[in-house]
Amino acid sequence: MLKIEGLTATVDGKPILKGIDLEIPSGEVHAVMGPNGSGKSTLAYVLAGREGYEVTGGSATWDGHDLLSMEPEERAAAGLFLAFQYPVELPGVGNATFLRTALNAIRRARGEPELDAMQFLKLARQRMRELSMPEDMLKRSVNVGFSGGEKKRNEILQLALLRPKLAVLDETDSGLDIDALRIVADGVNAMRGPDFAALVITHYQRLLDYIVPDRVHVLMNGRIVRSGGPELAKELESEGYAAIQARAA
Amino acid sequence: MSVTTETLQTVQSVTEGTYKWGFETDIEMEFAPKGLNDDIIRFISARKGEPEWLLEWRLRAFKAWQAMSEPRWAAVKYPPIDYQDAYYYAAPKQRPKSLDEVDPELLRTYEKLGIPLKEQEWLAGVTTSPDGTERAPVAVDAVFDSVSVATTFKERLEKEGIIFCSISEAVREHPELVRKYLGTVVPPADNFYAALNSAVFTDGSFVYIPKGVRCPMELSTYFRINAKGTGQFERTLIIADAGSYVSYLEGCTAPMRDENQLHAAVVELIAHDDATIKYSTVQNWYPGDAEGKGGIYNFVTKRGACRGARSKISWTQVETGSAITWKYPSCILQGPDSVGEFYSVAITNNFQQADTGTKMIHLGPRTKSTIISKGISAGRAQNTYRGLVRISPRAVGARNFTQCDSLLIGDRCGAHTVPYIENRCMSAKVEHEATTSRIAEDQLFYCRQRGLSEEDAVGLIVNGFCREVLKELPMEFAVEAQKLLQISLEGSVG
Amino acid sequence: MNVVMHQVGAPGFLHRFEGLRDRLPGGRLPWLATLRAQAAEAFRAQGFPTRRVEAWKYTDLAPVAEAGFDEPLTPMDDAMDLPPAQAGARAVFVDGRFRADLSSLDGLPFEVSSVARHLDALEGRLGALARPGEEPMAALNTMLFEDGLLLDLPEGVEGGVLELLSLATASERPSAFHPRHLIRLAKGAKLTLIETATGPEGARYLHNPVFEVEVAEGAWLTHGRLQQEAPRAFQLSTIYATVAAGGTYDNFTLNAGGRLVRNEIHVTLTGPGAACHMNGAQLLAGDQHADTTTALDHAAPSCASRQTYKTVLMGRSRGVFQGKILVRQVAQKTDGYQMNQALLLSPEAEMDSKPQLEIYADDVKCSHGATVGELDAEQVFYLRSRGIPETQARAMLVQAFLHEAVEGVTDEALRRALDAAVEGWWARQEETLAA
Repeated sequence: MLKIEGLTATVDGKPILKGIDLEIPSGEVHAVMGPNGSGKSTLAYVLAGREGYEVTGGSATWDGHDLLSMEPEERAAAGLFLAFQYPVELPGVGNATFLRTALNAIRRARGEPELDAMQFLKLARQRMRELSMPEDMLKRSVNVGFSGGEKKRNEILQLALLRPKLAVLDETDSGLDIDALRIVADGVNAMRGPDFAALVITHYQRLLDYIVPDRVHVLMNGRIVRSGGPELAKELESEGYAAIQARAA
Repeated sequence: MSVTTETLQTVQSVTEGTYKWGFETDIEMEFAPKGLNDDIIRFISARKGEPEWLLEWRLRAFKAWQAMSEPRWAAVKYPPIDYQDAYYYAAPKQRPKSLDEVDPELLRTYEKLGIPLKEQEWLAGVTTSPDGTERAPVAVDAVFDSVSVATTFKERLEKEGIIFCSISEAVREHPELVRKYLGTVVPPADNFYAALNSAVFTDGSFVYIPKGVRCPMELSTYFRINAKGTGQFERTLIIADAGSYVSYLEGCTAPMRDENQLHAAVVELIAHDDATIKYSTVQNWYPGDAEGKGGIYNFVTKRGACRGARSKISWTQVETGSAITWKYPSCILQGPDSVGEFYSVAITNNFQQADTGTKMIHLGPRTKSTIISKGISAGRAQNTYRGLVRISPRAVGARNFTQCDSLLIGDRCGAHTVPYIENRCMSAKVEHEATTSRIAEDQLFYCRQRGLSEEDAVGLIVNGFCREVLKELPMEFAVEAQKLLQISLEGSVG
Repeated sequence: MNVVMHQVGAPGFLHRFEGLRDRLPGGRLPWLATLRAQAAEAFRAQGFPTRRVEAWKYTDLAPVAEAGFDEPLTPMDDAMDLPPAQAGARAVFVDGRFRADLSSLDGLPFEVSSVARHLDALEGRLGALARPGEEPMAALNTMLFEDGLLLDLPEGVEGGVLELLSLATASERPSAFHPRHLIRLAKGAKLTLIETATGPEGARYLHNPVFEVEVAEGAWLTHGRLQQEAPRAFQLSTIYATVAAGGTYDNFTLNAGGRLVRNEIHVTLTGPGAACHMNGAQLLAGDQHADTTTALDHAAPSCASRQTYKTVLMGRSRGVFQGKILVRQVAQKTDGYQMNQALLLSPEAEMDSKPQLEIYADDVKCSHGATVGELDAEQVFYLRSRGIPETQARAMLVQAFLHEAVEGVTDEALRRALDAAVEGWWARQEETLAA
């Protein structure tokens, strides 16, 4: 279970998160929606431990581990996965090398045996087929020259390979056409189960047609102003954030 | 066992980032008296049973050297070197007649280094690489301090007419070839260190590939400085006759010592019509300790002449070791349509200093050159790329492309780029690009979010940064080079 | 008439200094006498640099060193022919001496005056930035300067556009003059200074100016330089500039005239957020030699520098670009960019480039690029395939290249002056080619 209590954070000294309370039990998928600048991406980065996002108060724990005191790679090893809104390009680093290094680092941390090149390739190819990804994506440098859709699919491939227990999807739907969106959603849905939790951050309701959340939270101005079932997303779609804000105020 | 497999195991056993090749071998050595004068040169020449012309050649070089002063233009700092306070000849007392007579202690040394000198071990070790492809054997010339102790696969190469032996042997067995080519690319008085080398060089490798022959295996020389208070002055001469091809690898290590030892080598390459020479170096001389004490001064002159039409010389270097590197593997592109290439990774950590680059001298029409240089600086190291591209008026249609990238890790090191571009030919085209940056914070975070430690993430990104160069290395060296990069950077993060 | 044995080269200048030292402006000011004496020592030690000196690797000063120069004997002619003004206000220097009678400086919101007339107030300012010990031409200037432009813009003043016209006169023997210009912009001040240097067709002279430029916090100096010296003249100029936090020094230099020209610029960015733009074009033909040498010192964090230089070479001309970007350890978040491109239009022309990065801070983004070559064959072909004759196609591409060199200039007045100069130059070349 992910448990966030009274979380506040600043970026460049400017308060962005102003007291977030959120609980996501294992087996559930929650969506966080909000307008631009509400602090959605900041929440994702704070959970993953990015430098420059300073936690000024509150706590975040995952299955009892204090997430906020851990290094980014320790959080990854503990099962946290962040699908980036803008996946980073790593020139010269082969996608296969990167994926295998990451997978083995996490397997090592879990006490599982590392995969050799052959075993890895077999697994990777299988996952790629499931995601309808062309195999040459393994040979290219990580995200370099990838289209927007390819980058997002590469994130989902990593999700499928690393099999985290908690996935944070930061606006994974932005810039995707409907086919790519379906592939991404299928990838996430395939992970769903009693040992998997997800926090889906999105600006639009569209993604939630494909990844149906158990709960929806509305984030505005650094605080969660409303929570509800999947129907809340529809309400937002038809009424807009302004109406919610007016009601919450 | 193959070179790579065993070396890899050696490398993988490294946990604390210490230099694993720093052991010293205790064998009986013969030294010439310390110091440098005409008599020492006569002694070296006599010990090697050289002909009179070579002794005269050495003495002329020595005379020229005495009138020269050390170059001071490179961005490196070191205390004055006392050239009289070193041994210029050190050789194992037991001179082997064949491989079977090689001192077992020496064989063990090379085994520790991952260089099997017994051919049957090679044959037994030729199995598969990690990627599943079958690997060809590599012929090795092993140079221990001043002398070559063993050369493998000689007979098999002889069948093709290829000469691969120590240069001392070549002077005895193929004097006409040595005399015809020695000093024609790097003249004895070319520069201070080349003159010193010409006067006192003791051994090194000699390669001759006859017309139309494609050398069936990688040729390799492994250099090791072992004795205390010595310098190493090897001389390598490679001639590729018309239409031939050879790939040559060079590796080096030295024991860990508090003193600085001098390595002043000269390498000359000659490529005739349609010939190709690919010369790869993984330089891992002892870099000194974390406080900058000790380490090798690597002052090396390497130059290739593309004499023939459509000839090609390609230099690839991975420079991870040495306290100071002063080295500019160059190409003189004389033949029409000849091609010069320089691919370099230079990585410096702690107090290491590297001033390295290349010269591409375009003389012939439609000559082409490519320069890819990747410099990585960490700790308190200083890393300089220095290069010259010169296009003469006759080099009609010549082309050069240069890409120099520098990466800084930490804020106490320096990265410098000093290119010289001289174009005197209207139809030539020269392009140069250089960048300096550090590892982007978002790249590091992305890798760490996927579970990599900071150090592994840096290693991965640095390897990616160097990929264009590493892919030029033969398989045998590429994996080793990648690991070396990572080891060189240990302690640079966090 | 007395016959004088003329000494040439450095000894000639040192000899003249010994003879003149008490009569030079400010000769009775002890601080200035010391400054000149030290500069003379520095010049004696260095002389005219040879190509063995790294900073002068590609420029041979032998033609300057071998010529004998006299003091300029400026005719006091009120009716001098002045080129048309670039802007309303103009300060005129003839042979390095300020001529109030020829200048038009009315209505400026700040004072323009002559260095020679205010020397008693310039202790500590004159010589604050120049480095005679490092740059021999600055040593020569310090030793022998007589006058220069003295400019102080008070805080927040919008100075508009001022033209600095440097005129040489013809004389029997070659003359040499060494103006020292002092320019200071206080906080938030703004000025466009357009400098034109020229001389009559047959004149032989050495124009050796030194600029000391101080740009305070948030101030902005646009410094345009149109070097259109006489075809047989030498110009060796050295600029020293410091830029404080948030200030900008924006230099554009057009090298179009002269026989042998060097344009050396040293800029130090001393406060966070300071910026420097150095751009220029070198238009060379015949036996011309032009050298642009820049040294940019990033000595404070978060500064940006941009440099773009273009050179077009015809005839037997020779172009040189040397550009160094130094980033000190404190200068984190530096953003430095430099590009130099040269177009060789003649088989006898030569271009030498030496861009250089020296970097001691890690959180930086620095890059440089250099290209040398002829017109792109594919572009020429493309134009021809659209029906444009080859000569015209080539002319279009050369003009496009030159246009790119000046298109970054945002200052209206400077842009107009540059466009006119570039077009005039190209028209002259086309005439020569047609003849």
